[in-house]
Amino acid sequence: MYDSPLEGEVRIPAGCAITGIFSKTGRRFSGEQAIKSISLMRDRSNGLGGGFAAYGIYPEYKDYYAFHLFYTDKTAKKACEDYLETYFDIINLSKIPTRKMPEITNAPLIWRYFLSPLKTKLAESQLDEAEYVSRQVIKINSNLPGCCIFSSGKNMGVFKAVGFPEDVGRFYRLEDYKGYSWTVHGRYPTNTPGWWGGAHPFSLLDCSVVHNGEISSYDANRRFIEMFGYKCTLQTDTEVIAYMIDYLHRKQSLPYKKVARILAAPFWSTIDRMDKKERDELTYLRNNFSSMLVTGPFSIIVGFNGGLMALNDRLKLRSLIVGQKDDMVYMSSEEAAIRVIAPQLDSITYPKGGEPYIVTLNREAQQQCL
Amino acid sequence: MKRVYVEENWCLACHLCEYWCALSNSPLDNMVKLKNKDIRPRIQVEEGKDINFAVSCRHCTDPICVKSCISGALTINNGLIQIDQSKCVGCYTCIMACPYGALMPNEEGVMQKCELCTSNGTEPSCVQHCPNNAIKYEER
Amino acid sequence: MSINYLPSEYEVYRNQDRCINCRVCERQCANEVHHYDADLKKMISDESKCVDCQRCVTLCPTHALKIEKNTNRYKENANWSQESITNIYRQATTGGVLLGSMGNPKEYPIYWDKLLINASQVTNPSIDPLREPMETRTFLGKKDHHIHYDKNGEIITTNENPQLELSTPIMFSAMSYGSISYNAHKSLATASKELGIFYNTGEGGLHEDFYAYGPNTIVQVASGRFGVEPDYLEAGAAVEIKIGQGAKPGIGGHLPGTKITAEVSKTRMIPQGTDAISPAPHHDIYSIEDLRQLVYMLKETTNYKKPIIVKIAAVHNVGAIASGIARCGADIIAIDGFRGGTGAAPARIRDNVGIPIELALATVDKRLREEGIRDNVSLVVGGSIRSSADVIKAIALGADACYIATSALIALGCHLCRSCHQGKCNWGIATQRPELVKRLNPEIGKEHLVNLITAWTHEIKEMMGGMGINSIEALRGNRLMLRGIGLNEKELEILGVQHAGE
Repeated sequence: MYDSPLEGEVRIPAGCAITGIFSKTGRRFSGEQAIKSISLMRDRSNGLGGGFAAYGIYPEYKDYYAFHLFYTDKTAKKACEDYLETYFDIINLSKIPTRKMPEITNAPLIWRYFLSPLKTKLAESQLDEAEYVSRQVIKINSNLPGCCIFSSGKNMGVFKAVGFPEDVGRFYRLEDYKGYSWTVHGRYPTNTPGWWGGAHPFSLLDCSVVHNGEISSYDANRRFIEMFGYKCTLQTDTEVIAYMIDYLHRKQSLPYKKVARILAAPFWSTIDRMDKKERDELTYLRNNFSSMLVTGPFSIIVGFNGGLMALNDRLKLRSLIVGQKDDMVYMSSEEAAIRVIAPQLDSITYPKGGEPYIVTLNREAQQQCL
Repeated sequence: MKRVYVEENWCLACHLCEYWCALSNSPLDNMVKLKNKDIRPRIQVEEGKDINFAVSCRHCTDPICVKSCISGALTINNGLIQIDQSKCVGCYTCIMACPYGALMPNEEGVMQKCELCTSNGTEPSCVQHCPNNAIKYEER
Repeated sequence: MSINYLPSEYEVYRNQDRCINCRVCERQCANEVHHYDADLKKMISDESKCVDCQRCVTLCPTHALKIEKNTNRYKENANWSQESITNIYRQATTGGVLLGSMGNPKEYPIYWDKLLINASQVTNPSIDPLREPMETRTFLGKKDHHIHYDKNGEIITTNENPQLELSTPIMFSAMSYGSISYNAHKSLATASKELGIFYNTGEGGLHEDFYAYGPNTIVQVASGRFGVEPDYLEAGAAVEIKIGQGAKPGIGGHLPGTKITAEVSKTRMIPQGTDAISPAPHHDIYSIEDLRQLVYMLKETTNYKKPIIVKIAAVHNVGAIASGIARCGADIIAIDGFRGGTGAAPARIRDNVGIPIELALATVDKRLREEGIRDNVSLVVGGSIRSSADVIKAIALGADACYIATSALIALGCHLCRSCHQGKCNWGIATQRPELVKRLNPEIGKEHLVNLITAWTHEIKEMMGGMGINSIEALRGNRLMLRGIGLNEKELEILGVQHAGE
């Protein structure tokens, strides 16, 4: 089925389109808006990959991890399910409902599992739940052939495929899902990928990343983050960014704002002019996590349970616009892609290079959705 | 006024300053043409056991040579001591008077001395060509 | 002519049409090659003494001189080169060990010249260093693995371990006072201060006049422990334990007695006039745990305020050795490749022992990352870094910074005649004779060093910009920015780079 090299064997740079839509009050809405926004930016994609991340879509199962998997065939599925049963308690499993469309071909088997770590195994491992789950995800993705877990968070899900993103959205029937936060991505890779796993968003646990750009520091970042148990299997720049964010936020307990200050650290000439406290802190972070600095053009939208963060590289070499209307926040590569779903806006801003734009649920919404 | 100062720590007694002085103050355009010529440089290297020094006119503020010159060939103009060679009668009084030995006869017996290359239209040649930055041209 | 006559290595050609008998060559040759013959009324040269240092050629005002390899050849033999034969004659006559200076001059592969650098096109824009910030600031030292928070939830921003801050990822490597002159050290010290980098005392101790430059000095503790006492350790910004050097792995330093003047003797704390031979091992380091003990002893002595560097030569199994050092408390590991220079070493060891720095670096970087301890130490590499391109390639392979020594000496005027061990360096660098030391004016020396590093830093910025990188840390270990050319599979595998075209 796949005689062209698999995604992981060939490095594919990304040039693309991204959009993020968020409701601060936690109001849930369907994927239609995301589909509409990305289809305006059709020219930025070339049909070789598209995907969505949605948050708040599984409220009935919000305490369980929702794994989305691709399988190349039934044998891979059986092997994976056997493995999962050893380490997890599977509450529910089903095929992810899709719509037959001529534009989306060569689909692998796509399944969804709601599960939680087996209590005994979790206790034995002496890890916290999140670390346990993330290690299992990395292990399955590196070692079990023909399986790819492409979403592994609670009350959220990634949906991706090879095709234009608007077609991918319809393929997965995203009009039937309701979430308070949506991100979407369309790819323009310059080689032919054979594998759905390589489309964006890339995610680990509840952190999802859509990314427009190409990072020149990729190998420096990868060879550093792989020291901490992560394995970059897809040779896409997005993967390494997602892992670095997971490491800095979850394992080093840094708030997203400071994570951004490591990924897109200010220039030394800027740091030297700051007051002592800030200067010391940024020098410390930049020195100790120097291999996590990301150079090269990028704009990313990071999704997590309860919020979104948009970030540009320090020289702002990719476009990123943020618009607000009432409780809704829109982020996109183009203003037109925001206006098409929200013609009237209360405000519109252009985040500066290296400065994160973070939006989170308000307090009541947090209690409800998380 | 800028003068030529020699830092004896760095003088290697290589004598290159002498040859460049001779060339700059001659009508020749190429050092090769100094072959087999008896050069009379206006800067002269004094060699010692551990220390060397290249001596040239100090352009004294109260020049004894000017006072001693019987024909008025030596004059001081804005600090620069010059010789009008057409007036020099070759009496050698200035040679005896100068405590530094900065004056000497040229091939015709007329006096010559360092004039900071002002008539050559360049910065002093010895300064430019010292390989060890031992000769400086500055105001002190 | 005795049966032991060895034809001179060089011939001195003097263009008699150009020579003006100014005798500058005679005055400036410490080997007494040239002299003015009053009877013949011309300059004549005794080429047997010539070492091809190029001093006379450089200073001759009419460029009348040329030094060429003596064309008198033994019969052609691809196996027995003239040099191999001559060396046997020498040893048969003297019974001595052949000495050499500077780095390995033999033909071995130079991997720097088989690595190519990337540039951005289309998918990723290159950055213009004249218009955008391009950062080369580098910190060396052990990094914190975990962020610690104080009771207010603020990040504690002092590193647990001391750091060295460099304006550019280049430092001057160890060259001892004794092997090189006071003026050479002065040039290195003043240049380091102006550039915001560091220079290394080498194993000769620190002359008291240079304590003022302490903040830019790395003090070395070598096997002979020359000049080591508490003030010395306090004076520097970092302390380097020299286990070995690339030019002579496995043996200690050697300074001939003629180079041990009163000043050198005082600085090294040894008697004047007798050869200073450093022992091969440190006699208190016979295993890795002994090294750990010395590292911590130095840390205690300096109140844990200075990074401790361990310098090793690149040898077989350097990956495992480096891993051991990274775990014994060292903050920085310096690796010296087999092309490294020296003031004096047995020629056979210089030319046959050790491995190329490129391979050693690639292996060590990979091994430390596999063990998850790469940021326990910073890696500094040396052993023939000849240009800014070599620096870029070294950083892309995984180094944090480069040590340069031969390049620095060349900037000071060295012409690589490899006669340093004779102590008659005509350029005032590798000598202690005052009339020769004078020839290196530290004012000029400093300017040349500053120019060299400034020029290299500018070139580094241009190449970084071309790759779409604007901070040097994003190049560190970024092997995808390199491709190999003319390398076999094994070499590509060890270097961890793909072949050009992939």
